[in-house]
Amino acid sequence: MVMQLSAKQSLHLPRIAELIRVEKLSDREKVFEFKFDDGKELGQMPGQFVEISIFGVGEAPISVTSSPTHRGSFELAVRATGSLTNKLHTLEKGAKVGIRGPFGNGFPIQTLKGKDILFVAGGIGLFPLRSLINYVLDNRKDFGEVNTLFGCRSPQERLFIGQLQEWNTCKDMCFLETVDRCSDDSWTGNVGVITTLFPKVSFDPAKTYAIVVGPPIMYRFVIAECLKKGLAEDHIIMSLERRMKCGVGKCGHCQINGLYCCQEGPVFTYAQVKSLKEAV
Amino acid sequence: MQNRVISKKDLAGFVDDLIKTKAAGEVIGIQAKDSKFNFGPLKNAAELRLDYDIALLPPKKYFFPQIETVLKYEFGATPKVEPVVNDKAMCLIGVHPFDIRGLLLFDAVYGGANPDANLMMKRQKSVIIGVDCLTPNPKAFAASMGTAVTDEGFDLMLTDIGNDYFVTVGTNKGDSLIKKAKTKEATAADQEKRDKVRKDALKKYQVTLKMKPDEIPALLDANWESKVFNDKAATCFSCGSCVMVCPTCVCFDVQDDPALNLKGGERYRRWDACMLSEFAKVASGENFREHKEQRFRHRMYRKGKYLLERYKYLGCVGCGRCAIACLAQIASPAETFNLIKEAK
Repeated sequence: MVMQLSAKQSLHLPRIAELIRVEKLSDREKVFEFKFDDGKELGQMPGQFVEISIFGVGEAPISVTSSPTHRGSFELAVRATGSLTNKLHTLEKGAKVGIRGPFGNGFPIQTLKGKDILFVAGGIGLFPLRSLINYVLDNRKDFGEVNTLFGCRSPQERLFIGQLQEWNTCKDMCFLETVDRCSDDSWTGNVGVITTLFPKVSFDPAKTYAIVVGPPIMYRFVIAECLKKGLAEDHIIMSLERRMKCGVGKCGHCQINGLYCCQEGPVFTYAQVKSLKEAV
Repeated sequence: MQNRVISKKDLAGFVDDLIKTKAAGEVIGIQAKDSKFNFGPLKNAAELRLDYDIALLPPKKYFFPQIETVLKYEFGATPKVEPVVNDKAMCLIGVHPFDIRGLLLFDAVYGGANPDANLMMKRQKSVIIGVDCLTPNPKAFAASMGTAVTDEGFDLMLTDIGNDYFVTVGTNKGDSLIKKAKTKEATAADQEKRDKVRKDALKKYQVTLKMKPDEIPALLDANWESKVFNDKAATCFSCGSCVMVCPTCVCFDVQDDPALNLKGGERYRRWDACMLSEFAKVASGENFREHKEQRFRHRMYRKGKYLLERYKYLGCVGCGRCAIACLAQIASPAETFNLIKEAK
């Protein structure tokens, strides 16, 4: 007990940020771009999250969807689900919020450098993964072959459509997309769950890391597919969702067995997750 | 620092002086509450009941209040936000060794990585005057947890050795406080008396953990699927009482409270409990510990393994409060650990 603390160091104290852009992604999702009032950067790594405050409503943990290579502002893509996120969806440009963070370990950039990468995103799992995909594209020479698979339930639930279009035509990586089902002819692409894309990509399992983010049900099938393709358990990387109330390893809500998702996570390898009985 | 001996009368004078002069801040002491005991602000030394078995709530509430405002804010085009830290000096008198061990766990959790100003600033300003527990509660098992006696975490530790209290001096802060009181230097004979009294008290504990505390993590590691968790949790009300009285439960919830005039509001944190059904639920509706046996098991793992591995202190100090509070009579970690061991 020798450290000198002051109230200004309160773990609960957020920085004020201004909402500078809102864009609708789908019926339930929007992307919000923020800039700190003090002009400073968020300084996040891909895969980290922030606690966003709306004063009078509360706080919620949200992953950062923009890449740190994008300077001057940052983006949070959010599904309206709980009280905070529903309120957030009503905010307009110019609104002020509180931001704490970035928190969590983020994706292991150093480990991934020089390696081939297979990105697998399911639904809004694209939000945290988009940060890393864009980071890799912006630092393309640091990485090997890149394959990206994205799946969502229906064409109406596709997110960041402009971005998907860019990735589709981008020569720096192979991008494949599918929807679980489509009842009309508005969609001419792949139909089927995300694992149906696996036979369509080729990668060297010895050199490849798979980065998988999606709903719990998707992990079960995608991990089985990765293992079948010969990926090592510690080459399969996932980001887990928990109720991270404080972000600083105190409140206990995000605990997965003995680990705190906000500290040791939210990014884990499958080798780690396998030994965590409560993980998925 | 020299250990001291103080007569009961002079101790009362010392306490009254602390109350009057506020030399160590507001004086909080253990006192009778109907047929039970609890910590509260002391008006005079006569209220102090150092012969108690267990306090209803552990003294953690003074450092980690049930509800604590952490931010105040005013709404507006740019909200004005101020951190709130109440760090008034306090002197707690009559803290049992196992509750001191609980506070040490709090120091490890809240003072380690990402130190928490709200809790640690109070801790840094506080004085802890402990007292050895000579009349343990029938549900307590601190003797088998190795927490019935402590050699750290206090400024002064009192032990009732008959007509006098033996005063073990733990810190310089404690030393300078006790120097103001009328005391004698402790002799080797006094220390022998203290040690005997402590040893005799260990024998009064009625609940025994049938293993060494450091064997619990391995026991839990090998028994994730144990039927004991299901059997015990079957009658759990998920009321969270066990957590609410626990000296080592550190978890909280964070909530906003807008003021009635809607000009601003407060953000506060308050005790939360992993035994409550929504503790691990996320906004999408997914609940990562949906079933009560999962929550029961999680609590037992926190008590016996997780906190120890993370912070070097066991998450259970054997005070027995959970066992006293639990209507279903399932909460005692000692009982669960013993059952798992016996079932092997």
